[in-house]
Amino acid sequence: MDWIQIGTLEDIPRQGSRIVHTEAGEIALFRSVDDQVFALNNRCPHKGGPLAQGIVHGKRVTCPLHSWVIDLASGEAIAPDVGCVHRHEVRNAQGVLLLEAKAGVCKKA
Amino acid sequence: MEKIKRRLVVIGNGMAGIRTLEELLKMSADEFDITVFGAEPQPNYNRIMLSPVLSGEMKFQDTVLNDWSWYADNHITLHAGKTISKIDRQHCVVETEDGLSVPYDRLLIATGSNPIMLPVPGAKLAGVIAYRSIDDVEKMLAAAKAGKHAVVIGGGLLGLEAANGLSLQGMDVSVVHLCDWPMERQLDKVGGGLLQTELEKRGLKFFMARQTESLLGTDKVTGLRFKDGEEIAADLVVMAVGIRPNIALAKSAGIHCERGIVVSDTMQTYDPKIYSVGECVQHRGQTYGLVAPLFEQAKVAANHLAQYGRMRYEGSLVSTKLKVTGIDLFSAGDFNPVAGDEELLLQDAARGVYKKLVLRDNKLRGAVMYGDTVDGPWYFQMLRDGTDVSEMREHLLFGQMHIGDSGHGANASVANMPDSAEICGCNGVCKGTIVNTIIDKKLFTLDEVRAHTKASASCGSCTGLVEALLANTLGGDYSAKPSKKPICGCTEHAHQDMQQTIRARGLKTIPDVMQALEWKTPDGCHVCRPALNYYLLAAWPGEYVDDSRSRFINERVHANIQKDGTYSVIPRIWGGVTSPTELRSIAEIAERYGVPTVHITGGQRIGLYGITKDNLPKMWGDLVEAGFVSGHAYGKSLRTVKTCVGSEWCRFGTQDSTGLGIQVEKMTWGSWTPHKFKIAVSGCPRNCAEATIKDFGIVCVDSGYEIHVGGNGGVKVRVTDFLCKVETEAEVLEYCGAFMQLYREEAHYLDRTAPWIERVGLAHIKKHIVEDTAGRTALYARFLESQRYSQDDPWKERAEGKEAHEYVALATI
Repeated sequence: MDWIQIGTLEDIPRQGSRIVHTEAGEIALFRSVDDQVFALNNRCPHKGGPLAQGIVHGKRVTCPLHSWVIDLASGEAIAPDVGCVHRHEVRNAQGVLLLEAKAGVCKKA
Repeated sequence: MEKIKRRLVVIGNGMAGIRTLEELLKMSADEFDITVFGAEPQPNYNRIMLSPVLSGEMKFQDTVLNDWSWYADNHITLHAGKTISKIDRQHCVVETEDGLSVPYDRLLIATGSNPIMLPVPGAKLAGVIAYRSIDDVEKMLAAAKAGKHAVVIGGGLLGLEAANGLSLQGMDVSVVHLCDWPMERQLDKVGGGLLQTELEKRGLKFFMARQTESLLGTDKVTGLRFKDGEEIAADLVVMAVGIRPNIALAKSAGIHCERGIVVSDTMQTYDPKIYSVGECVQHRGQTYGLVAPLFEQAKVAANHLAQYGRMRYEGSLVSTKLKVTGIDLFSAGDFNPVAGDEELLLQDAARGVYKKLVLRDNKLRGAVMYGDTVDGPWYFQMLRDGTDVSEMREHLLFGQMHIGDSGHGANASVANMPDSAEICGCNGVCKGTIVNTIIDKKLFTLDEVRAHTKASASCGSCTGLVEALLANTLGGDYSAKPSKKPICGCTEHAHQDMQQTIRARGLKTIPDVMQALEWKTPDGCHVCRPALNYYLLAAWPGEYVDDSRSRFINERVHANIQKDGTYSVIPRIWGGVTSPTELRSIAEIAERYGVPTVHITGGQRIGLYGITKDNLPKMWGDLVEAGFVSGHAYGKSLRTVKTCVGSEWCRFGTQDSTGLGIQVEKMTWGSWTPHKFKIAVSGCPRNCAEATIKDFGIVCVDSGYEIHVGGNGGVKVRVTDFLCKVETEAEVLEYCGAFMQLYREEAHYLDRTAPWIERVGLAHIKKHIVEDTAGRTALYARFLESQRYSQDDPWKERAEGKEAHEYVALATI
């Protein structure tokens, strides 16, 4: 798999998020309280809310628009809501964050 | 090595026993090897739905709460149709009638109750049954096909539901009752009379204040004879005269019983290995026959079985509701006044509405409602909270609705609404959807309905209607929210516990509070973290470091997120007074950034909409340079001080309302509050600034300033309460600061002033702000002290680079 360097762990606040612009849309990078990193498309499956702006708790994020809660590891909405966000592989190599290269490729192309 | 599990045996496969298991599995799924014994051959079903099954509105399978696969999925051994004959406490073993014996480490007795059968001659005849189980319902349905005349003995809740069901099945039904009116335990004479009339219209016959002497017939019942000699025909007799805790087994094992199995606040019997829940228990002298208390008991028992050892059951207040389609009836508390009580009555025969409220010491003691019960949950909540109602006495009887309620008109009676009626205007949820979801998903609580339907999950104004629908669908058995409700699923603790613990133990960080109050999640959730952040901020001004990760996006980035992910920017315009220079600056900045929408807000400010996040700091920099500060239109904070032009221009103006408004805004801006806080100053009683629907409203009069508090122009319009009148501007400032500080210190996070005042009562506010001069001065001083740390303009700080990572992307690939 090809990887692209996007920044360092310290660039993302703990319990916080940053976005990466790609030609396929925005990707949200999350850092949980125990320093795990996750990557999801920055669109809530409900009404497209920007997940990167939500509150991160445990391994979940709450969408800022209508409070859907999304599991960061699977991208699935927490029941009883039903929906899924596309997730991407991300690696933390001694503090350097690497995102899978195909994440930024536009599917339609 | 695999851990050896402890063995838990449950006697009773009914709602209380299984609910306890559900709660236990939620807390520790592999603690126990669980075995359940049930005397009935069915899986756990919802007993309170027997009446809809009888009336044909539901099928039995719809009432099953846990089907066979639930037991299998959770590795629970179920023995349905097996009766326990002996508990051997010495060897910790239970034995069944057919010789099976199962050892236990912990035993849970949930044997429920038995129907009382009147010991009259003929009570053993075929065709004489109780109304308790699905088996009884099936017998009744069979009898309804064959016979014509049914007699129900007992005009209580259960008796009337049975009578109604049989009548809908085509039988000719008579109700025999000892008392003068039906449901005398839930209704007073007037309410009972209205109910009787309505049921008579539907074809039921009533024999009131009559005693049964015997049941007639040789092997099958044919009739009933009263004490006075009169006889009536009967092909079916249903005894619904009451229930008795089923304690025979416990008693035979030597467990201490009185009317029920006596349990402590931890739901333990006198044998500490044996717990008991449900209708079979007696707690603090009370036995319960409704579901809501049983569920509270189940929660406590599970907590102790899982060895958390944290909760206590302290008894329940119950309310009841008759499950007869189309009849709205509600009662709660002690509604028969005794000496010293006051009664408030509303009777409207033409509309078929009757309400009675019983008050003692300005607090609600009991309520009976017939015909219009939508305010039942509201009264019940105040009854449980012990709210002082002296300030709302005048309109108490008319309910919460009369003060206006945007979004769903003024539908008073949920029972009569069509299924298509929209209940939740925010999320577009109709009555039919809510009722079907309650039935299909077997929901019992408001929170469950919110999770599944989203009804009342947004602005919350339809909460009363949703609760009424729950009550209506489930009868009196729905779990009303306890008066002390956990803030979220992360903890057992309520808002007031947090506020107290933070101050009492000097806790200064969110992790410290979570540790002290035993949070169940590693770092909370989107509900509790913002609340904790606020409580810490309010408790330790200048010392607590605001946790931006626990702020909702708007407060974190100091702008209001819009539906497309852009933001709005609303600069502060002191007291709503601006100038050509200011307007020119705003116009230039709006053009510079290509702002698509410029809008005048409801609070006399100018809103710039559609700003992208990366542009925010630059735009703020330009605004700051032009002399503006943040308008905090995005925060749980002081929003705006709205004014009219007052004595400076208006021919009616009595005081300088604009000048005073600017002073008030300069003092209060930047303060964080439990929810948003709005102020207005009107220059005369014509009240052009609409001060009487603000959190704090000032109405100038010739001789001084009237102060009004607790108004709200939003979801639920609430006119302010008049607090007091003062003579000088300095006093206005002091009262304003003191009131805001009291609100900041006492209200729960996300409570506006209106519900806060309705909960604590205006008398409480008056005591602290008006009557206690020293207390007011101290509150005011604490407010000013906290303001020393909150008036740094967040826009200026961010324009200069603070928290820059919030506004720029990590990378572009």
